Amino acid sequence: MKELLKDLNKAFENRIRLGVMSALVVNDYVDFSSLKDLLGVTDGNLASHLKVLEKKKYLAFKKEFLDRKPNTKYFITAEGKKAFSKHIKAIEKLLK
Amino acid sequence: MNHDKYIGDLQEIKEMMNRSSRFISLSGWSGISAGLIALIGAYLSYNVIYVNRSSPEAHFLWTDNSSIVLLLIAIGTLICSIGAGIYFTTRETRRRSLRIWDYQTKRLLINLAIPLAAGGIFCLTMLFQGYVVLVIPLTLIFYGLALVNASKYTLPDIRTLGLIEIGLGLIATYIIEYGLLFWAIGFGVMHIVYGIIMQVKDKS
Repeated sequence: MKELLKDLNKAFENRIRLGVMSALVVNDYVDFSSLKDLLGVTDGNLASHLKVLEKKKYLAFKKEFLDRKPNTKYFITAEGKKAFSKHIKAIEKLLK
Repeated sequence: MNHDKYIGDLQEIKEMMNRSSRFISLSGWSGISAGLIALIGAYLSYNVIYVNRSSPEAHFLWTDNSSIVLLLIAIGTLICSIGAGIYFTTRETRRRSLRIWDYQTKRLLINLAIPLAAGGIFCLTMLFQGYVVLVIPLTLIFYGLALVNASKYTLPDIRTLGLIEIGLGLIATYIIEYGLLFWAIGFGVMHIVYGIIMQVKDKS
């Protein structure tokens, strides 16, 4: 049991961060406003969770301008993909 | 003790993967209305193609006007189905309180449009070159290919519908005299059946 709990990732305990990772893992990229719509959170809330994931190097972003408005595209890193699938596997094992 | 939380987590992951990558606001009513419109279109075309069935040589009567009339029926059917589709999809999007014109919608439409536009142009050329009989099975085949291609970005049931349309088109190529019947099954009956299945699935 202890071994299994070790594989669970603290960074994904939060539902919003979990949601961000789930969306990024199945898409090439997702922009900030789409993430906001998907998760139904405020700008500030989402930004702080994105920062946590970014610090862990689980995601990266690219700033662009669309009609002169800033548009940030987020995508998952190889490291993030690995950590996320490890986390899911740990949950699945726990539930068995 | 955390059992429920982890089950919830897994559900959240699955839901977010689906919502972020697929267009899910397909309403069964779009299918049902498109099917009914297609049946009306097929009936009108039937009257144009098979006039004077009593005389043997006129069994497959073809006049220059027929191409134009058929084309008009086809365009009318297409516009009505797309209109109904947009209406019911917008309604469904609002019900789920999602945005109608987002990344998922765009990606779905682009992937649907590529085989459909290529097929449409090809069919028009065939029509004007006089290969009228082949146009019916070809529309089924191209529509099926478009659905299979687009199914990656929406509900997975669309893939099966696409495969059925391709199959019907291929059979219709062999039995060309019943082309219109296959067309009515593919665009009419199959859409209605799929619409009902999706509506029932959605309710449960």
